[in-house]
Amino acid sequence: MQFLISMHINPAVLDALTDEEKAAIGDGHGKFLAALKASGELITTQALVDPSQAVVVSVRNGQPVVTDGPFLEAKEYLGGFYLIDCEDKQRAIELASQIPDTAIAGLGVEVRQVMFADGQLEA
Amino acid sequence: MTASAIEDLLRELSPQVLATLVRRHGQFEGCEDAVQEAVLAAAVQWPVEGVPDNPRGWLVTVASRRFIDQVRSDHARRERESATATEVVPQDVPDSDDTLVLLFLCCHPALTAASQTALTLRAVGGLSTAEIARAFLVPEATMAARISRAKQRIKAAGSSFSLPDGAQRQDRLRVVLHVLYLIFNEGYTASSGSELHRADLAREAIRLARMVHAQLSEDAEVTGLLALMLLTHARRRSRTTSAGDLVPLDEQDRTRWDRALIAEGTELVKASLAGPALGPYQLQAAIAATHAGAATAQQTNWSQVHALYLILERIAPNPMVTLNRAIALAQIEGPRAALGLLSTLDGDERMAAHHRLLSVRAHLLEEIGDTAGAYEHYRRAAKATASIAEQRYLQSRAGRVRPRVRP
Repeated sequence: MQFLISMHINPAVLDALTDEEKAAIGDGHGKFLAALKASGELITTQALVDPSQAVVVSVRNGQPVVTDGPFLEAKEYLGGFYLIDCEDKQRAIELASQIPDTAIAGLGVEVRQVMFADGQLEA
Repeated sequence: MTASAIEDLLRELSPQVLATLVRRHGQFEGCEDAVQEAVLAAAVQWPVEGVPDNPRGWLVTVASRRFIDQVRSDHARRERESATATEVVPQDVPDSDDTLVLLFLCCHPALTAASQTALTLRAVGGLSTAEIARAFLVPEATMAARISRAKQRIKAAGSSFSLPDGAQRQDRLRVVLHVLYLIFNEGYTASSGSELHRADLAREAIRLARMVHAQLSEDAEVTGLLALMLLTHARRRSRTTSAGDLVPLDEQDRTRWDRALIAEGTELVKASLAGPALGPYQLQAAIAATHAGAATAQQTNWSQVHALYLILERIAPNPMVTLNRAIALAQIEGPRAALGLLSTLDGDERMAAHHRLLSVRAHLLEEIGDTAGAYEHYRRAAKATASIAEQRYLQSRAGRVRPRVRP
């Protein structure tokens, strides 16, 4: 079963962390990624640039309109994700709980099963 | 010999060669690599130079040489390993038994189901890692890591290359059958892009089940599983529309069912039911055979289907079985009786929000004329399913009973 583990970050919460705490998060993700690769459960992972760099595209009267900034004005933004293939939902939750973000109040880690997939997965 | 005939021959021989090597050297991981290399060499050489007189012997010789080279190049372990490599070769036992032992090894209980299926397809099915990865819709690197981890686990578990005895053998056989069942289902429930590859999985599961059955035909559950696969596979052409939408059993074009597979499956069911014990695969196969025997959905012997589910519920209690029994009960005693039976499942946490319970209840509510309830349940079922084909089907059923709002 494939699941998307998405990480919703709050920039204010991240900013408030000490350098050690930030480094610990980085290490935690590194270890998590290595373990996922070794077990054959990782499909891919990606991290996104800061939401301030996002643009929203809409088409009005046939003309594209591009607006700076994220679509949703929220405190939390999608920071990145892990796409995994594992035994069942229980295992996906077990894996998600190893992500360092889960231990920090104000950061959200969400697990959702994939329903349809297509396209090249090879990086 | 044509290239595709050579490919078939190699797929048939590679598990036998692997089994022979593992029996001699006892190192699954190293032997597997060596056999892959030998098979690759054969795939390149044979079409050009011709197939050797004894293709299996050729592969065993080449793979053994690769394996010994590999061991020798490993300096740290040189002494211990070369002693193993030059050991007296034990007397060969029939190939077929070895392939069965290999299957038992791949379905080692120390592995997760996902690893068991991957390893079985690779080592016994002779599929390449890339083919397995495509079938399971994951990148090749993911599948390669999974197979490699599985081989390490087997090594760590210190498993010997022999069939387990007595009760343990029965337990392990149940695992083997479950793995074959999972492979089959993976192929059968194809829902997205790569349907072709996934249908191959169903065929591969049948091929492996035939192999197990050829050797353990006295085991009623082995027979039952093979029959269940054949009877289910017989309906493959009619269970989806050309657009990929699901067609429920009662609306399928039965003239498109594969009669040869049905005949074979039904014979197997009869043979297995003549035995002393009854198991879950046999009963599910008997149910499939009952459906297959009805010329139209209306002519289905629902009393028999219901009775079989009742026995299945008794020997292997499971809320899914109760759910299926409710569908049969609706046919013989009406939708209200079935809804009554379903209410016994409401206390089960796993089932309460399960899309199948929601969708069966939706159908029954529609039958008794409770369109508002049916609409609500179809919608909840559509949200709960992870299959797009099923979701489309449920949404369209919901659309048919949508309450009309006056303008």
